[in-house]
Amino acid sequence: MLQARLRKTFPQGPDSAGFSLDLEFQAAAGVTVLFGPSGSGKTLVLDAIAGFVRPEEGRILLDDDLLFDGATQVHLPPQARNCGYVFQNYALFPHMTLRENLMFAAERRPRLERHRRVNEMLETFRLADAAGRRPHEVSGGQRQRCSIARALIVAPKLLLLDEPAQGLDAPLRAEFYEVLRQVRADFKTPMLLVTHDLDECFELGEEMLILREGKIVQSGPPRNILDQPANIEVARLLGAFNLIPCEIRALDPGRNTSKVQMGEFELDGPYFPGRLKGDRVTMCVRPEQLVVSPRLGRPGPNQIPAELKRAVEKPQWMRLEFEGGIVAEIGRAEFERQRDNKGWLIEFQPSTLRVL
Amino acid sequence: MPIDWFPLWLSLRVAVVSTAVALAVGLWIAYILANREFRFKEAVDAMVTLPLVLPPTVLGYYLLVLIGRASPLGKLWETIFGSPLVFTWKAAVVAALLHSLPLLVKSARAAFESVDRSYERAARTLGASEWRLFWRVTLPLAHRSIFAAAALAFARSLGDFGVTLMVAGNIPGRTQTVAVAIYDAVEAGNGAVARTLVLVVSIVALLILTLANRLSPR
Repeated sequence: MLQARLRKTFPQGPDSAGFSLDLEFQAAAGVTVLFGPSGSGKTLVLDAIAGFVRPEEGRILLDDDLLFDGATQVHLPPQARNCGYVFQNYALFPHMTLRENLMFAAERRPRLERHRRVNEMLETFRLADAAGRRPHEVSGGQRQRCSIARALIVAPKLLLLDEPAQGLDAPLRAEFYEVLRQVRADFKTPMLLVTHDLDECFELGEEMLILREGKIVQSGPPRNILDQPANIEVARLLGAFNLIPCEIRALDPGRNTSKVQMGEFELDGPYFPGRLKGDRVTMCVRPEQLVVSPRLGRPGPNQIPAELKRAVEKPQWMRLEFEGGIVAEIGRAEFERQRDNKGWLIEFQPSTLRVL
Repeated sequence: MPIDWFPLWLSLRVAVVSTAVALAVGLWIAYILANREFRFKEAVDAMVTLPLVLPPTVLGYYLLVLIGRASPLGKLWETIFGSPLVFTWKAAVVAALLHSLPLLVKSARAAFESVDRSYERAARTLGASEWRLFWRVTLPLAHRSIFAAAALAFARSLGDFGVTLMVAGNIPGRTQTVAVAIYDAVEAGNGAVARTLVLVVSIVALLILTLANRLSPR
């Protein structure tokens, strides 16, 4: 269990904007994902926990070990922190074979145990055949597995991963997720994973921390965050929402309903706790939650007519962009059947509507 | 007239010892300059580099003041070893060091700084001490540049004239290095000896430079 409270400021320089990191979080067993755009301070958080960067204030506690405490000036060197680190470029020592890389890490273990442990890891991570080769002579997947094995051989209490799947092609990425799931099951080491890939958060993350400009703007299981982003900023960072300005016209807590004015149309929605009649809000709905159909006759309840501007092909679905910036997603087969539609109706199902 | 080869052997011996001392001291200075942040860091770097640009007579003068028989360092040496340092072949080593050390520190610092930081960070998270990190990771990754730098330092130590003359003198058979011997031969109108020594020194230097180029990372 990691508990961290960190504060660090970088003053504004002649060629750099000022930046301040100020956050507090916990990471228990399983994978905790640090998600945020570049420049949000994700890697800085990892570096502070690993001991490469000294925060000005705060406290880092890993299980019962105090790694850093601003008040009492405790700042353990990286060697004493028991944190494994998987670097973005893997940082496998290029002048050593894969086996030697693992041996380097195992050197603090008793001599007799060392070889057994290294051989075990080579087996576990399917590296036995490549053990005698140097990092540049093996495949990307082997390099990746070796860097994880090397970090785990010292039995760390926490594994830090800095965008390890960055720049990998799809098959390698899938393989990597598989390896990490295996590690999660076999080693029980808590993992803190930095990424700016939303898919990765869902593939691996039990918990997700959303970082923006050095602060945590929302945390929770990825599914919950996607269901209810805390504010417009989070929704924008996740990048998967229609954000439409609206006005609340009526609220009925008893029947759990509301009326929302969107442009010239009035829609039914669920009751929005904490909102008042007349509030100007942003409607937040995911593209795959919209139901589109051909325009035949008058719009039904919660349907609005819309002109299709553009249909974009995606690997598994079609992305439909309508007038007014509304985006919907439908299956390809569905789209093929309807592509000659003169006009379209977009249905906003009341239960899917959220306001921010 | 037979050629006295002693000056050449002396020069080689001086160069070997001076390069060894420069490696021992210089690598350490370079590693600290490359890895630690402290005040006056660039001033230290400038101090170390200064001998490369000062005239040999200035350096020789400084050295005489610093290690002469009347100086504290000179006296200390005399108490420990029972004989003065100046005007011995060991003084020629000190003179050669003034040239080999700056070259080595400069190149080694650049070599250490060019090692990707993530390797050193990785070694630290794996529990490696700074000592093991240096010997097992940083030095092996920088070794080609450092060999090349040592070869250059060696070649430069071979050829010092001015400083050597001032602190080690020109005692044939004892402190006369090859550069000084060539000067001597020319002064004495001994063209054959001068030509032979010049040729031999040029060939040795050329061989070392070729070696340095082959060692440099491509």
